[in-house]
Amino acid sequence: MTAAVALDAVPRIRRGVKCTYDQIRSAHVVLFPEGVLVLNETAASVVALCDGVRSVGDIAVVLADEYAGVEPGDVASLIARMVERRVVDVDG
Amino acid sequence: MAEAPFGLLAELTHRCPLQCGYCSNPLELVRRDAELSTEDWRRVFDQARALGALQIHLSGGEPLLRPDLPELVAHANSLGCYVNLVTSGVGLSRDRLRSLASLGVDHVQLSLQDATREGNDRIAGIKAFDRKVEAAAHVLDEGLPLTVNTVLHRQNLDNVAGIIAMAEQMGAERLELANTQYYGWALRNRAVLLPTRAQLAAADPVVAAAQERLRGRMEIVYVIADYHEAHPKPCMYGWGARQLTVAPNGDVLPCPAATVISSLEIENVRDSSLHDIWHHSPSFNAFRGFEWMRDPCRSCPRKEIDFGGCRCQAFQLTGDAAATDPVCSLSPERSTVDLILETEMAPSEVPAMAMRKMR
Repeated sequence: MTAAVALDAVPRIRRGVKCTYDQIRSAHVVLFPEGVLVLNETAASVVALCDGVRSVGDIAVVLADEYAGVEPGDVASLIARMVERRVVDVDG
Repeated sequence: MAEAPFGLLAELTHRCPLQCGYCSNPLELVRRDAELSTEDWRRVFDQARALGALQIHLSGGEPLLRPDLPELVAHANSLGCYVNLVTSGVGLSRDRLRSLASLGVDHVQLSLQDATREGNDRIAGIKAFDRKVEAAAHVLDEGLPLTVNTVLHRQNLDNVAGIIAMAEQMGAERLELANTQYYGWALRNRAVLLPTRAQLAAADPVVAAAQERLRGRMEIVYVIADYHEAHPKPCMYGWGARQLTVAPNGDVLPCPAATVISSLEIENVRDSSLHDIWHHSPSFNAFRGFEWMRDPCRSCPRKEIDFGGCRCQAFQLTGDAAATDPVCSLSPERSTVDLILETEMAPSEVPAMAMRKMR
């Protein structure tokens, strides 16, 4: 079960997790102790904004400037999946 | 074309200060003079990255025994790979770790043989416990994430609560509790290692409760004792699907135990590129996908979950690497596994553990 993440929660990339661009797969990837996540464009944009300062709501606002139809709930559920995979931690 | 691998398991050496009888390395360990050179390994890392590998697991044996480890860490890091150091902790001084961390080690996986000094050192065959505790402290001080890995078997399964407590004390973010898989030395020592049903039944709820209690603090990965299960493990998530192994002598293996399949023609990095081996070699294509399967796997919906189990285990226990993994309750050979359990879980005379060593 994926636990919900609140809109005022502040996500950050976990210690020991590396975010990078893979030229071989032409995709952003997240590398962590025993796994690799290949990100689509939306997920890559979200992960790039998980800076330990912005809240989930802030991230949704930033993304709404860039993409049409960004729902804060969708951003929250994507971050919840990242928390479940132990790529992202949330405070608050 | 097969999909690109995500990881390279680089077994830099088979030399190891520990002598654990559960080791999955082959009985015929590669000797120092047959190990790949620094230049060979650099080329292997280049080729692995070009092929798509993003994680390089520096393992062995004990990788700290390679004097060129700092150079290899730096090279793997320069390629943008996630660098995982898989170590016994013996030889991991504060200075050594600090240097390796600055060169690009991203994560340390530390083995722990048991919850106590006495138990740990008996299984390891040398006094290693105190050095492991020190190594864990250095990893924490350096700010690197730590995974503790304990291989479980009849000799330590009763202490699983203590092992979990020890990993917590060490500050691990992850704990892998891996029931022994029977390859190499572990297969040789199976009658000393196979846990009883009662031991597993007692350990399961302890692990489940700890997983719940430590959620968000320490992730506990529990690897099943497959002989005792009704379905096989999803070995390597499919043959030639996600990871490749390069042995100390340059042999390229679809799975770390694959040398046991004597019918398999193993390629070597001294003769071919990883690209050619991954995509075109008979060994990597032998059991890729589902076409090689016969029934009961072929028509089984679980083939998408377990990929027919382990090819090496099928070969070891049935003599046919394309057979269904005989731990599967649907395998016509399941009785072989049941007989092994009957005779080896609680043998009337327990043999001595054959400690891992070079011949």
